[in-house]
Amino acid sequence: MRRRDVLTGLGAVAASGTTALAADKQAWMSPHLADGTREVATMGKVPGKQGLIQLTDRPPNYETPIEAFRTAITPNDRFFVRYHLSGIPTMEDLKTWSLTIGGDAAEKPIKLTLPDLRTFKQVEITAVCQCSGNRRGLFEPHVPGVEWGYGAMGNAVWRGVRLKDVLARAGVKPGAIEVWLAGADTAPNPATPLFHKSIPLKVALSDDVLIATAMNGQPLPLLNGFPARLIVPGWTATYWMKHLNAIQISSKPLTNFWIQKAYRVPARLFPVDVPFESQQDANTWPITEMVVNSVIAEPVDGAKAPKAGFTVRGVAWDRGHGIKAVEVTLDGGKTWKPAVLGQDMGKYAFRAFSLASGALPPGPCDISARAVSNTGEAQAVTLVRNPAGYQNNVPQTLTVMVA
Amino acid sequence: MMRALLLKGALMGASMTLLLAAPTMAADGDLAAGPGQDVVAANCGACHTTDYIRMNSRFLSPETWKAEVTKMRTAFGAPIDDAVAAEITQYLIAQYGAKP
Repeated sequence: MRRRDVLTGLGAVAASGTTALAADKQAWMSPHLADGTREVATMGKVPGKQGLIQLTDRPPNYETPIEAFRTAITPNDRFFVRYHLSGIPTMEDLKTWSLTIGGDAAEKPIKLTLPDLRTFKQVEITAVCQCSGNRRGLFEPHVPGVEWGYGAMGNAVWRGVRLKDVLARAGVKPGAIEVWLAGADTAPNPATPLFHKSIPLKVALSDDVLIATAMNGQPLPLLNGFPARLIVPGWTATYWMKHLNAIQISSKPLTNFWIQKAYRVPARLFPVDVPFESQQDANTWPITEMVVNSVIAEPVDGAKAPKAGFTVRGVAWDRGHGIKAVEVTLDGGKTWKPAVLGQDMGKYAFRAFSLASGALPPGPCDISARAVSNTGEAQAVTLVRNPAGYQNNVPQTLTVMVA
Repeated sequence: MMRALLLKGALMGASMTLLLAAPTMAADGDLAAGPGQDVVAANCGACHTTDYIRMNSRFLSPETWKAEVTKMRTAFGAPIDDAVAAEITQYLIAQYGAKP
């Protein structure tokens, strides 16, 4: 038995043969992931979480198993974990947490504690937090990176204060163009650039961008950014800075690896409402707004299903226009039926959908779902390739055996 | 190599309070046996689990593995010289590269 399995309490994954692992993981690992990804993944336990799919433990990268998307709110203890650098602050470290707001375009630098944040108006918003590279592992051919399956995302009710209210306390000077963000996580090698990001001032001043201190009615879990993280609804999670501890209001574009080299896509490849103009160049733009997408959480790929029928359930989301419709096919795409949409929890939230199959003939049943947003954007028919493997929104396909 | 090992020692001291850092050594032990294994474990493993390597296998071309090593040096500041980088790259291509 490998030591890691002992440490995670998972003796069941002790077999080292690929075949044994593949069979064991059939229920929670897509067969479309690379063999190496499937070998390395374990159902891991981290403090404060139920089982998550561990891709790497240092830094921690854990995805949510697909069955957690049967409901539109992702529980805190199933919420995915993603870090770039392995120096994670402890709860002890964070007891002295504070947030500084300054920068060359701030009127006066200020420092806020958690009690200070509670004096601002409290706001709630339900929004999807999704890694830019969610489903990267399903790119064909594969591209390098964290080889995520379907679960580098979650939807939560975030509660906190508006970033714009906090910025106003410090005062925004004319000439400000970006808001720079820093968190408490660090790199083991001092030469590694710290994970700092920025957002356009226009986005920072939106009513919907929050500094969240609560998630689904509870304090943020440590690995989801305790005690405070930025919420940028509609934008991918790379801007949702965890353990947010320093903000700079800046008259200049941020210059570092994470904004100028990483998290970029070919210019104009994906639709955006608010271009991040200060970080665009002729060839590439920062990845910003998400694309319309959906996931089927039930049934699972390869399952057996009764002839009397079953219910297809999942969630759909987009970049903040809301979901107009989801269609489901039970015959490999020959015919599509409209799914029933669940409760509308806001334009940035998961929208649950379901479809009762009715009685089905015995044999394989090829299922897929496709979502359309309120602005008519649809999921890609074929993969929109890009070098870093972002924004994979090709409809998921799965097969169940009706008997 | 020495610098990387020193760095790793410093890291382990700093991260003892973090439960997540505990499984580090087990992951390094899972690397395929072959020339360069120790160098990869010591240098790549100084900052991240070597599961990153296994996870990205076996589908990367020799050019892409070489680019990954270059990125670790130029973007992330990995303190390795040309000779060590070449040894690491050869190991990654041989053990974890796309089959020709």
